[in-house]
Amino acid sequence: MKPSSLKLSRRKFLIGSGVVGGGLLLGFSLRDAVPVPHLRAGSFQPNAWLQITPQGEVIFQLDKAEMGQGVMTSLSAIIGEELDYDPSRMTIEFAGAHSAFKNPQMGVQITGGSTSVMTGWDPLREAGATARAMLMAAAAQQWQVDASQCKTDDGVVIHPDGQQRSGYGELAAQASQQVQPDNIQLKKPDNYRWIGKSLQRFDSADKVQGKTQFGVDVVMPGMKVAVVVRCPHFGGGLISFDKNSIAGISGVRNVFAIHSGVAIVADGYWQARKAANQLQVEWNKGPLAGLDTAAIMQGQKNALASTEKPFSVQNEGDVAPAFAGATSLVEAEYTVPFFHHSPMEPQNCTGLFVDGLLTLWAPTQTADIARAVASHFTGVPQENIVVESTFLGGGFGRRGYVDFAGEAAAVALQQPGVPVKLMWSREDDMRHDYYRPTAYHKMRAAVDNGGSVTGWHHDFVSTSVLQGFGVDLMHAMLPSWVPTSIARGIGKGVADFVPPYDISMGEGTKIPYAVPNRKVGMVHYDAGIPTGFWRSVSHSFNAFAVEGFFDELAHAVKKDPVEFRREYLKDSPRHLAALNLAVEKSNWNVMPRIAGFGRGVAVHESFGSVVAIVADVRVSGNQYVVKRLVIAVDCGLVINPDQVIAQMEGGAIYGLTAVIKNGVDIYDGACAQSNFHDLPVLRIGESPEIAAYIVPSTDKPGGIGEVAVPPVAPAVANALFAATGKRLRNLPLKLDA
Amino acid sequence: MIEFFLNDQAVAVDVEPDTPLLWALRENLQKTGTKFGCGQGLCGACTVLVNGNATRSCVLPVSSIAGQRITTIEGLQGEHAVQRAWLSENVSQCGYCQPGQIMSAVGLLQQNGNPGDEDILNAMAGNICRCGTYPRIVKAIKVAAKTLQQTNGGGV
Ligand code: FES
Ligand code: FES
Repeated sequence: MKPSSLKLSRRKFLIGSGVVGGGLLLGFSLRDAVPVPHLRAGSFQPNAWLQITPQGEVIFQLDKAEMGQGVMTSLSAIIGEELDYDPSRMTIEFAGAHSAFKNPQMGVQITGGSTSVMTGWDPLREAGATARAMLMAAAAQQWQVDASQCKTDDGVVIHPDGQQRSGYGELAAQASQQVQPDNIQLKKPDNYRWIGKSLQRFDSADKVQGKTQFGVDVVMPGMKVAVVVRCPHFGGGLISFDKNSIAGISGVRNVFAIHSGVAIVADGYWQARKAANQLQVEWNKGPLAGLDTAAIMQGQKNALASTEKPFSVQNEGDVAPAFAGATSLVEAEYTVPFFHHSPMEPQNCTGLFVDGLLTLWAPTQTADIARAVASHFTGVPQENIVVESTFLGGGFGRRGYVDFAGEAAAVALQQPGVPVKLMWSREDDMRHDYYRPTAYHKMRAAVDNGGSVTGWHHDFVSTSVLQGFGVDLMHAMLPSWVPTSIARGIGKGVADFVPPYDISMGEGTKIPYAVPNRKVGMVHYDAGIPTGFWRSVSHSFNAFAVEGFFDELAHAVKKDPVEFRREYLKDSPRHLAALNLAVEKSNWNVMPRIAGFGRGVAVHESFGSVVAIVADVRVSGNQYVVKRLVIAVDCGLVINPDQVIAQMEGGAIYGLTAVIKNGVDIYDGACAQSNFHDLPVLRIGESPEIAAYIVPSTDKPGGIGEVAVPPVAPAVANALFAATGKRLRNLPLKLDA
Repeated sequence: MIEFFLNDQAVAVDVEPDTPLLWALRENLQKTGTKFGCGQGLCGACTVLVNGNATRSCVLPVSSIAGQRITTIEGLQGEHAVQRAWLSENVSQCGYCQPGQIMSAVGLLQQNGNPGDEDILNAMAGNICRCGTYPRIVKAIKVAAKTLQQTNGGGV
């Protein structure tokens, strides 16, 4: 199978929807096509992931970004399991951008949508098993025995006599001569040695010693540092800048305009930053001047009011008679603000342009899109651009966008022969993020005289996160809010990517509850502020409305929120199992008798996994503290239990920041905040006690990196209601609002 | 030239005096283990020890540390009880904040060999982790404290 071309159907492009799994990568031609990345001469290369040198070194090309979610450990365990080689002894290298690793369904190499294990599960096992079969065939040939009689044991093939042994390295040359087997046997889960074990992360030892090379740590002889001064107003642009305003600042080497602002190149970061702070620049505020948060939230609401027929996400049964025959109606509106990603490592990228060849060292979730973007802004053809990946100091979706790579490329082009590290400040990072979009939800439910919910009608308004991204993909990288760029840059096929409706916006709105008549509709509203994938994408704000409102229904019919959910989850066994486990572990029925105590629950499916959370809060006056989260996850077969737990803890804490802390405010078409003082994030003293549990399963693995985020907000809102009787429907959750 | 002691070695850097120690470490002394997170003393990614006290190096002019003892993550040499506890508790996710977290923890344990929860939360309040490793940080500090008490009666 050849990686599909960039011309994709919309549906296939939905990385947030969890539908990207399953494609077999193994067809990428193993011997004749592109060379394996970081090729060692004389090695056995059964596929683009693996090399085995005659010395016995097993080298795994990790084609996914390691941003904390643990793929370096989990994917190595999967391929090592079938290769029968201890993954902790492998040499693991970042593959960088390489055509062999394009996701066959998306046509791009991407780490996102919690898909790494989901999509890697089959092809990596097959890749490992194929290599093992070829090594066994090589040994059998040498020994003149039947390969099926041979065994392997952690890097060694064993003769049928049980005595003679041959290491993988010794067999490398002969294995290269073997024919790829058509049929390979995969291990039975009972025989797993590494999958399912809580292996210590392979990247931990370096990380605790400060040895890990993140993007910001790239160092090269003669390297300079660049910063870019950007127009704070989205959609605005440069009118002019005054070079003389920074004359005399030592260490400054060059100042020039690039597509995103004014670049300053200096010997070191401090010098570049000083110059940036002092540079006199005149901006054109652009079309969003004067726009603020209140106008956006109102515009969103108006957009629904003025839309006659929202785009249909779901329409089951018939809601009209259900509402007409209802004895009571429940209605509510929910909203969420823009929210920033703020990975701990600010955006950065290092570039070097020599003899027509551009190399980028980029901490990115999308290495080949970085290459496309770099090509777009420099005119250097893609085949002359190499993108090397580094470790990522957090991603959370932000590093799926590669604006920084485009800037680094543009700067490198102006400084031929000189490696330049482009660095963003925290202020740059917060003010030029692709924020989680705002959303407005209008929820309505019909309840009949028996207290049953007979109708569910949910309309919502939000912004597509795929539009700006699709534009990137199509080689027309300028964001969609820059009108001229649309005329200038949009290539053929972009229309495919910019439909009026982006289905991924509706993620998580199809309720698992057995309500007979349901209607879900959405309206796209784009205020022009850049928005993007934010850990769990649309699930994060849709779950807030859906699970908060379902809780309202429980209270409306005077039922216990857990009993009520159980009643409606009879056709959703995975939800029910996760809910039951969280309820049991949290001791739901034994509520502590403490003043201000409240307990709430939420359950949500995303990225192939189901997570239930029970939140305990303690309220005092207008203040509250989230004391404890009990989490239960069904993520299918577990690769590394400890890392599943770690992702539950981390996801919950990431989600909780957006529950408790202020979102991004827009003022005059710009982000009004700048650093952790005015966009605070959760700190250690605000972090609740977290207990996470795994629902045992032998199903195909689901995602873990994002799935704990969506249920956090509704669980806490529901707990606050239990404590105070006050229903909070706007994020962040504030009792004094 | 500003001279100081870095991980027990005498070093000298030739930078402007207002340059924050962070950049002198990272760019002039090739000690990239100390991280840049906010540049405003708000996140703790840049934490080092100055004469044993956890300090944000991004807001510390290098001129102010002449003659002083600086310890960075590299100075712990991978053998410190805090680093070992970080491994046994599998604390790191992306790992970017962890050198700063570890230096804050080492600073705490040098002052208080047997910290309670409150002490730990206070000492670590200046260190942000966006990956949410806080629960494991608390555990690891307790493990490290115990190890240190057993090996040398509380000192570090
Ligand atoms: S970089 Fe120094 S405190 Fe954030
Ligand atoms: S481990 Fe990623 S920020 Fe702390």
